[in-house]
Amino acid sequence: MNDSLFDFLVLRDLSTRTVVIGSMLLGIGSAAIGCFALLRKRALVGDAVAHSVLPGIAIAFLIVGSKDPLALMVGAVVTGWFSMIAMDYIVRNSRIREDAAIGLALSVFFGLGILLLTHIQHTGAANQSGLDKFLFGQAASLLARDVAVFGSVSLILLLVLIVTFKELKVVSFDPDFTRAIGFPARFLELLLTTLLVVAVVAGIQAVGVVLMAAMLITPAAAARYWTERLGVMILLASLFGILSGYVGAFISYLEPHMPTGPWIVVVASFIFFVSLLSAPKRGVIAQLLRRRKNVRVTLEENILKTMHRMGEADREMQDPRSISEIQNYRSIPAAVLQRGLLRLASEGYLTSQPNKKWSLTTQGVVEGARITRLHRLWEVYLTEYVRIAPDHVHDDAESIEHVLTPELEVELQRLLQRPAIDPHQQTIPYR
Amino acid sequence: MKFRESLSGGKKSNQTRENISGSVSSLEVHDLTVSYHRRPVLWDIDFEMPEGKLVAIVGPNGAGKSTLIKAIMGLVPPASGYVKIFGQSLEDARPRVGYVPQRNSVDWDFPTNVLDVVLMGRYRRIGLFRRPRAADRDVATDALRQVGIADLAKRQISQLSGGQQQRVFIARALAQDVDLYLMDEPFVGVDAATEGAIIELLREMRRRGKTVVVVHHDLGTVRDYFDWVLLLNLRLVAFGPLEEVFTDTLLQQTYGGRLNILTEVGELMKKQDRGRELR
Repeated sequence: MNDSLFDFLVLRDLSTRTVVIGSMLLGIGSAAIGCFALLRKRALVGDAVAHSVLPGIAIAFLIVGSKDPLALMVGAVVTGWFSMIAMDYIVRNSRIREDAAIGLALSVFFGLGILLLTHIQHTGAANQSGLDKFLFGQAASLLARDVAVFGSVSLILLLVLIVTFKELKVVSFDPDFTRAIGFPARFLELLLTTLLVVAVVAGIQAVGVVLMAAMLITPAAAARYWTERLGVMILLASLFGILSGYVGAFISYLEPHMPTGPWIVVVASFIFFVSLLSAPKRGVIAQLLRRRKNVRVTLEENILKTMHRMGEADREMQDPRSISEIQNYRSIPAAVLQRGLLRLASEGYLTSQPNKKWSLTTQGVVEGARITRLHRLWEVYLTEYVRIAPDHVHDDAESIEHVLTPELEVELQRLLQRPAIDPHQQTIPYR
Repeated sequence: MKFRESLSGGKKSNQTRENISGSVSSLEVHDLTVSYHRRPVLWDIDFEMPEGKLVAIVGPNGAGKSTLIKAIMGLVPPASGYVKIFGQSLEDARPRVGYVPQRNSVDWDFPTNVLDVVLMGRYRRIGLFRRPRAADRDVATDALRQVGIADLAKRQISQLSGGQQQRVFIARALAQDVDLYLMDEPFVGVDAATEGAIIELLREMRRRGKTVVVVHHDLGTVRDYFDWVLLLNLRLVAFGPLEEVFTDTLLQQTYGGRLNILTEVGELMKKQDRGRELR
């Protein structure tokens, strides 16, 4: 086991090397071009194209009579490209919407492909075995010449992306503007279409038509989580594509009866899920943490505001208050309140007093006054500018007070000309 | 205002052709008709616009305001008619026209930053398949400064407010440095401060002799912001200086509640196209 692992890692064996390098190369182009498909919201189009190359492969085989990779590729490109033209034509010239057009193209072309494959199998041609591998792909059967052809296609594709990066970016972001500045938007869209078809065709040997959409979209979708720059996104997606190919090939090497293509897709999906969960800004975990932090800040601000109101009531801002006294003013569960008080104390807004009481520090008084001020300013704004009755503004102010920025506060004060009292006749505490 | 119409005749006449009346036209639209799925949405639009004006295109929802400027930019194909800009065909005049699409026509979650979007305004000058140079970046940065968001240059566009997004689009148009600007609803969904900043900028552009055409929906501000008005409701209701065109009678005609003949005929053509019986 350890020996074979080492053999794999250094790619000692020629056929292993072919499979691994092939699997890695085949994923690059599709992952890179998939970024544009994703950003132009054309992810499903990629799936339709992938299914539509099948009849092309079958027809090319029928004409050439062998599984020559170049011939099969040309056939695949032709029907894949034709399906995109068909979808485009349907959307432009009929009332059928894009989703229906995609569904139509996918099923018609794929059905035709299956039909032709079945026909070929029944002719009993000696060299036809393995043609059905295009359905689910079979990286393990990759030959050196396949890798050479599809690998160089991937590299050419990357080169085209680098040269036309600026143009593809602007046409993906704002096609109308692209046309308005006189750039050939139609040509650029056609170029993207063509690159997509070529990428699909290059990758199909490894994962097959059914799973090809995953190789277009999954690495791109995963990459989007990690970056806000298109160039970096494409680079990352390509890396994810390579990594998926490598690990997928590795797994099917350890377990020879495991298919490579589906494993490549599983690995890509795994990378996607890791990204979805743990990416620093867009990830689910980061979002949950942010939400929790917001809940915590809201609670703390509510406690300070409540204690500030108690101070207003008895004119003793910094008197010690017990938990039950605070709860008389605002119903917060005791355990939650306790945690909030402890945190506020550690942040310097409160000090702990004897008999389980708490008092505001100077800093706490200032912060409590700020929240109260925002609450009351917003109530004034709602009654004066949005013309909402004074008895309906409190709940809205309860949530808005936590999100108003210092700039908006300045703006509100200017707009309302520093009102002295709120709609409920309470004094607004200014600094 | 520096250039009154009477003075503007000689201005830039070395570059532009003068029409019969002797004043320079920034934009001529001749018998322009546009159809959508065979249903006409603009009928026989015909006007000539002098240079150096701040022009509002005004009309009710569905009047074809956006379609008009898209047709002028060649973004929707005309069923008939043609457009001339500074006396030239659209393709020849493209280096002198800038287009600001509606803010919500793009996906603001696109992975790019503010400066890169503004740099797109330089793409035409940079040319196909070439990289922007430092000079282009300087122009883009300066455009951002003019719209008051120079500090946001490196900000991701997904993190902008509506007003900031609109400023980015205007900055991109400024970076194009052209003579005629067509802007689609630049005041929609922006805060008061941004609206004020944009209109100041448009006035400054007019002072520099630029022509700015704005699709505008707020009748309340037309009088303050613009000096020429184009009233549109499928057809051209009126076009001319504010005080002549922005009148109760003409506005009534533009916004008149009842279905006018054109809408009815349009509906009929749609039915005919679908192969339904006309009655």
